[in-house]
Amino acid sequence: MKLSKAQYDEIAQFLGHVQPTRQSLRKLKEKFPSQSQSTLLSIFSQEYQKQIKRTHAKHHTAEAVETYYQRYLNGVMKNAAAPVLLELANEVDFAPSLMARIVLERFLQEREQAIPSKTLINSMLRDPSQIPDGVLANQVYQCTVNDCCYGPLVDCIKHAIGHEHEVLLREMLLEKNLSFIAEDQLRAKGYDKTPDFILEVPVAVEGHIIHWIESKASFGDESSHQAYLQDQFWSYWNRTGVTRVFLCGYQKVIHSL
Amino acid sequence: MAAVLELLLREEVAVGAVLRWLRQGPGHRPAEENHIHDKLVSLSLLQKDFVPFLLNFLREQTSQILTNGPSTPAKTPNSKAHGSQRTGSERRAGHATSSRVQLFSQRTSVTSCTTDTSFSPAAASSGSSSFSGSNLSSPCSDFPSMASSSSPSFGYSPVLNHSERRSSQKASLGSFLTATPEALPVRRGRRKGGSAVSASGRQVPRDMGRSLAEEEDGKNDSPSWSGGRRKRSEVPLVSARSPPSQLNLNNLEEFPPMGAASGWTNKSKPSRRINPTPVSAERPLSKPKTCFTSTPVSQSPTARFSSGSSLEAFSTVQEGNLTSAISSSLQEEREMLKKERCKLLHQASSPAGISLDPGTPTKPSYTRSASLPAESHLVTCADPAKISCKKQLECLAQLYSSCIAENLVPNIFLELFFVLQLLTSKGTSTAEEEEESDLEVNEGSKNASGRQHFRSVHNCVYFAVQVLDYQYEIISHLEKGTLKFLAENERIASFSPTLHERLKQAYESSTAKVSLLLPCSVQSVSFQPETDNRSNFPSDRAFHIFKKQRDIFYELLREWEDNHEKTGWDFERVLGNKIRAMMAHLSATCNHSHFARLFQKQLIQMCKGPVGGGASWGDTPDQDVLNMLGPDNLSRLKRLQERFVVPQSIRGPCPPPSFPGCQQFFRDFILSAGSYQFNQHLVDSLCLKILELDGLTLVEHEHSDGEADMDEQDEKKRFTVVLLSLRLLAKFLGFLVFLPYRTVEQPTRDLQDSAVALRNQTLPVLDVLKLLRRSIRDHRSILTVPWIVEFLSLADHIAPFLDYYRKVFCLLLQVYRLMVLSEDKEMSFLNKLLILAVLGWLFQVPSVPEELFFATDVRQEGVMVDTVTSAQALDSVPLVDQQLLYTCCPYLGELRKLLASFVAGSGAKNGGFIRKITPTAAESLAPKASVTQRKLQVELEQAFFHNQPPSLRRTVEFVAERVGSNCVKHIKATLVAELVQRAEVMLQDKVKEEDANHDKLLEEVCAHLYEEGAQALIKGREFCKKKGPEAVRVLLPEETSAAVLSSAEDIAVELATEKACGWLSANIAALIKREVKATFNRMLKVPGLPLPSEEALELRRDCPPGCQHRAPFPSQIINEIKDVLCVAVGPRDEDEVIDHDWLESLLGRLSQTLRCRKFMCPTSEQQLAKCTVELASLLVSDRVPLSAGIKPPEKSSERLRVKNNPTYGLLKLLLSVWKEDFGMPVPVQLMFSRKNIGYLSEVKQREWDLFLFMLHGLVEHDLMRTSEIESCLRSLGELPWPSDFLKELEMLSRVFTSEHHREEPRTNPRELTRQSLGTVTAQS
Repeated sequence: MKLSKAQYDEIAQFLGHVQPTRQSLRKLKEKFPSQSQSTLLSIFSQEYQKQIKRTHAKHHTAEAVETYYQRYLNGVMKNAAAPVLLELANEVDFAPSLMARIVLERFLQEREQAIPSKTLINSMLRDPSQIPDGVLANQVYQCTVNDCCYGPLVDCIKHAIGHEHEVLLREMLLEKNLSFIAEDQLRAKGYDKTPDFILEVPVAVEGHIIHWIESKASFGDESSHQAYLQDQFWSYWNRTGVTRVFLCGYQKVIHSL
Repeated sequence: MAAVLELLLREEVAVGAVLRWLRQGPGHRPAEENHIHDKLVSLSLLQKDFVPFLLNFLREQTSQILTNGPSTPAKTPNSKAHGSQRTGSERRAGHATSSRVQLFSQRTSVTSCTTDTSFSPAAASSGSSSFSGSNLSSPCSDFPSMASSSSPSFGYSPVLNHSERRSSQKASLGSFLTATPEALPVRRGRRKGGSAVSASGRQVPRDMGRSLAEEEDGKNDSPSWSGGRRKRSEVPLVSARSPPSQLNLNNLEEFPPMGAASGWTNKSKPSRRINPTPVSAERPLSKPKTCFTSTPVSQSPTARFSSGSSLEAFSTVQEGNLTSAISSSLQEEREMLKKERCKLLHQASSPAGISLDPGTPTKPSYTRSASLPAESHLVTCADPAKISCKKQLECLAQLYSSCIAENLVPNIFLELFFVLQLLTSKGTSTAEEEEESDLEVNEGSKNASGRQHFRSVHNCVYFAVQVLDYQYEIISHLEKGTLKFLAENERIASFSPTLHERLKQAYESSTAKVSLLLPCSVQSVSFQPETDNRSNFPSDRAFHIFKKQRDIFYELLREWEDNHEKTGWDFERVLGNKIRAMMAHLSATCNHSHFARLFQKQLIQMCKGPVGGGASWGDTPDQDVLNMLGPDNLSRLKRLQERFVVPQSIRGPCPPPSFPGCQQFFRDFILSAGSYQFNQHLVDSLCLKILELDGLTLVEHEHSDGEADMDEQDEKKRFTVVLLSLRLLAKFLGFLVFLPYRTVEQPTRDLQDSAVALRNQTLPVLDVLKLLRRSIRDHRSILTVPWIVEFLSLADHIAPFLDYYRKVFCLLLQVYRLMVLSEDKEMSFLNKLLILAVLGWLFQVPSVPEELFFATDVRQEGVMVDTVTSAQALDSVPLVDQQLLYTCCPYLGELRKLLASFVAGSGAKNGGFIRKITPTAAESLAPKASVTQRKLQVELEQAFFHNQPPSLRRTVEFVAERVGSNCVKHIKATLVAELVQRAEVMLQDKVKEEDANHDKLLEEVCAHLYEEGAQALIKGREFCKKKGPEAVRVLLPEETSAAVLSSAEDIAVELATEKACGWLSANIAALIKREVKATFNRMLKVPGLPLPSEEALELRRDCPPGCQHRAPFPSQIINEIKDVLCVAVGPRDEDEVIDHDWLESLLGRLSQTLRCRKFMCPTSEQQLAKCTVELASLLVSDRVPLSAGIKPPEKSSERLRVKNNPTYGLLKLLLSVWKEDFGMPVPVQLMFSRKNIGYLSEVKQREWDLFLFMLHGLVEHDLMRTSEIESCLRSLGELPWPSDFLKELEMLSRVFTSEHHREEPRTNPRELTRQSLGTVTAQS
């Protein structure tokens, strides 16, 4: 299924500045009932990530961090059960998971008198039970669960989608009796950068010769497509040659080049 | 020019500024005009001439130190260096210079000519004086005859070429003087070798000096870039020494005749830097040819001594004149002493056969001859503390180095040679002399560039070391022996310890051993039915005649082979008539084309070997003995032999083109045959072969998999063979193409013009321009340029002036200029170095006009270089190694010889260097058959192929190559992969034990596997034995006889095995290590994922039988559970609820998803486990707002309520999913985390029933043991809870314990491990 550029733009336009919460997603679903939830979520996530990329830096200044932390402390002092962090994130237009990370980092820094390691932070975000403060643990969990664009849960969903589509793709290739070499085999052969599949015998699809296939668990909008071209596709091309197919996660097939 | 240098040396302009100024020059890169120094802007017209000026300036400055040795490169001393003599070629170079720069002022010509003529009567006494007389008046066209009269045996000489051209261009008296034919014998002498030198030198000793002086003066007048400046400072000097009363020209002691040069050309003009070398018509076996840039040490001592002494005599006399009478008399005494010493030396060392002219005074002082250790005590010890004008030297070194680095000099190796000469100079420095020279420097030089910066050895060495430092990159790519000498050079060590250190490292890490390869033995070209059988001939007669010609040809070859080295054997006399008779037969039957093909094939067969079967061919009478040693040992022995036997004759880095070894036979054959038809056919045949080879695809595209190293080796080998063949063919093609136009001397200007006009009309036989352009475009210049250079090196004197070849030269020049040495992607360093070396050599070849390099403005002759380098671009592949470089450019070995001679010379002083004999490498894993046996086997195989069609050989070689290569791949995929797997297991165990030293661990494991790696050879052999014959059988014609087939199979198997096992035995250990390391790194990189341990494998299940894979995707389920969690955790709207039935169905779908394993990945499953535990926690603490379809009856009993609460059903479902459907342990203990228990504590009316139900469920479903739950509850009690909650918790704990204690011991062992595993996973 292909999504026209106009449709995409319409959705993207609607998103504008919304919070990455299920409420927003619900509204989106009501507005675009013809699109599947996963498509909408994917576009949402992608558009939201663009927005975060633009504003990321301003939330990470020392002053901002300090302000957030103080507001969090004041908030939970008043009512520990209230969704303090989540609301704070929504108020300042920042992803809840990322806000949770900032505050958690600040909290640990104060507690341990040292800058905590990234792995520690990540593991605490994944499993808030490890956070030594009960209130903060709840707050953080609330943030990560409610965030539909960032956070360990969303990452995991994306990963799962990627894997599922790779499996589907493999299935389809087998069905069509196309011989291919999969990524793990390629890696074992020492390829440094590998697409998901290299076709051992190239095929032609709609007049394009296809040498390899990469499945992406995200929506193939223009900018991400560009970015992928930069990062990955040219390096595949340098190693395998000729044309490719960009098969995006949500059953959108875009021929590139 | 001088002004620029002046500015630089006075430090008014920085080196960088000069460089920018230079680059801005025409033909160079478009420059940053804005940066050109103010003071240089006005001089911008001179840029083109600056580099030659600089080079000459250096030669001139150093001449005093260097001219006392044999190998002065191309430079006349300047006036102050007074006594220095020049070699003939240098002198000729001088003409060239002047002719090149004749545009410049001729101001001083009259003065100097007068000076000169005033000398001539005095000198007109010896036999050749008549020449000088006639020469002053005679027209240029007389030169040839004069030349031949003075030395009848003289071949064609380019000397006149230059003088001639100049004289026709400029009608000054000086130019006629320059054209003095006396120059010829000298040059010839130098070229011809020792005996010639002494002969001609003695013949015309006196007027030689005179005429040369005249010549010099004349040249001087013809102003030049270098001359312009110099003259200003020199003229006074000339007059100072000119009074005949002071200099008795007939006094042989003061003006000794010199073999190679005139003694007192004190006014000597800057010589042309480029020293064309004559094309040698002599037999290569005649005395070693000398070359313009240097005098061979092996030449007659007379020549050597005289040259050395003359300098000495002159400089001292001159100094005396200039400074004081006292010093002059001192000098005289010293002179006498030296004379005496020289006589003694002479008696001791002069070889037999050279009688010294008794009248010839020889005053050798310090000779740089390496072969005379007796003189070593004269070697000055260079002392870094005694350097003067350090700053200027540094400036010069930097400037000079930049010129070299940017390819502004015509031959970088010539410059390196010069620098090494400086490094090894054995200057004159007794204490007084130094003082004197200092004095002179102070007095005599007013301007900075006129000062003698290179007066002392210390300065020269300092300068040389500086330059070497700048050129380190090139040097480090030289062959190992050269590096060794440099690394051991004590001068470098004392002048620049850092450079010394770097060189030492470069030497130690260098693998660039260059050795002579096996000389090929004569083997005939086999009979090829497809070209040689009857059907290829028009008649029986033609067929039979050709058969006969073939036999005759080999007969001639054998005769030559056996006899040509015997004295008195003359090719033309013995073979000439036979060859011509043969040609007549060929003509009668029109068999030329057949014979030309045979001739060409034989040529390739015999001569393509690196040394062309050359110098060493037949010079070892016990060749058979040597052959027994096998190629490895033989080449080692050869090196050793070379070390002992080959005289260290230093010929300079630019010898003329020659036909060494067997090539000589073919050249002489062509000359003796003198058959137009044959030549034409041969040309055709050569062209065809050249085109074929030049177009070969030598490098397959990028190698994707591991056999790259092996293919690279093959590619290199193939490239070497093709390149050497091409060079050989091109040389002969050049020889044939330009043969009709070959002239003994450079034709006069008029003749040249008419010849150019005529020949511009004809088409070139082979379109080298097109080929060259194409090769540049396709990035194949590394293959094409070297052979085109060979072709052009044999051009006649006119050819370079033809429109067509001018374009070729321009293009080559551009290539040279663009090829700046650096390691980059487009071209490997050694590839570039080879191209630079051959081009540099070409620019020094005599028939190449000297103005080419500096004067030609490099028109943008469309060097189109695609910026996109394709994978196949030959240039970008590192194909050239030192072996090939030195094979193509044997003259690079001169650098080493020079250094060696220094060591030998200074050996007495510093005890000499002990040469280590390198121990042989350890035996490889593959057992070797005895050498003789192997040798015999190889010969048998050769013989076998010889009489079979060439396709058989190609097939066998192809099969061997592919099977060998496949064998390696196979071993990698099977044996190595298996070993790596085992290593992985071993590493896994050990990594757990101690994660301290990974490297050591890796080493240990690999060492363990190496032994088994030896199996690779056995398996490899089996593989080849199995696959080889199959392939051969399929590929050979059905009709091949059984015997031939089986032999072919055996050979293919043998070759394939050799190839595969050779590679394997050398690389298997490294391969295993590499693979294991890669695996290990991968292992370390992914610490999160559980390693495929046995338990995990057991737990990973397949889909249930008949699974349709229609279950919802894991991602979908995670997403939905996430939504539930969202609502549960909040914030949520007031009326937001979760439908109970929907949640139930979600859990049902979860179960389906978990059962179908197809789309499940560990991360998804882990996340599902975690999410469901969270969900359970929220459920038991009643945080999930369920919209129950069946509302719990308000007033039922406690028991009933429990039963009817829909949450129980959901929890039951969850418990069963955890137990039945998850393929991995579920971290149920997360339910006891502080956060999740916290949910309970926050609830106002706590439902402990649900929690208790859950606890029981966990135990019942074997998800946790009672004791585990008890301990979890215990640790929960230690946390700071509100007191009432704590109480309830304790109560719960008690209730649970009491209910469960009797059922406790019932867990089976397997469950146990699984449980504890679950605990571990959850905790991690």
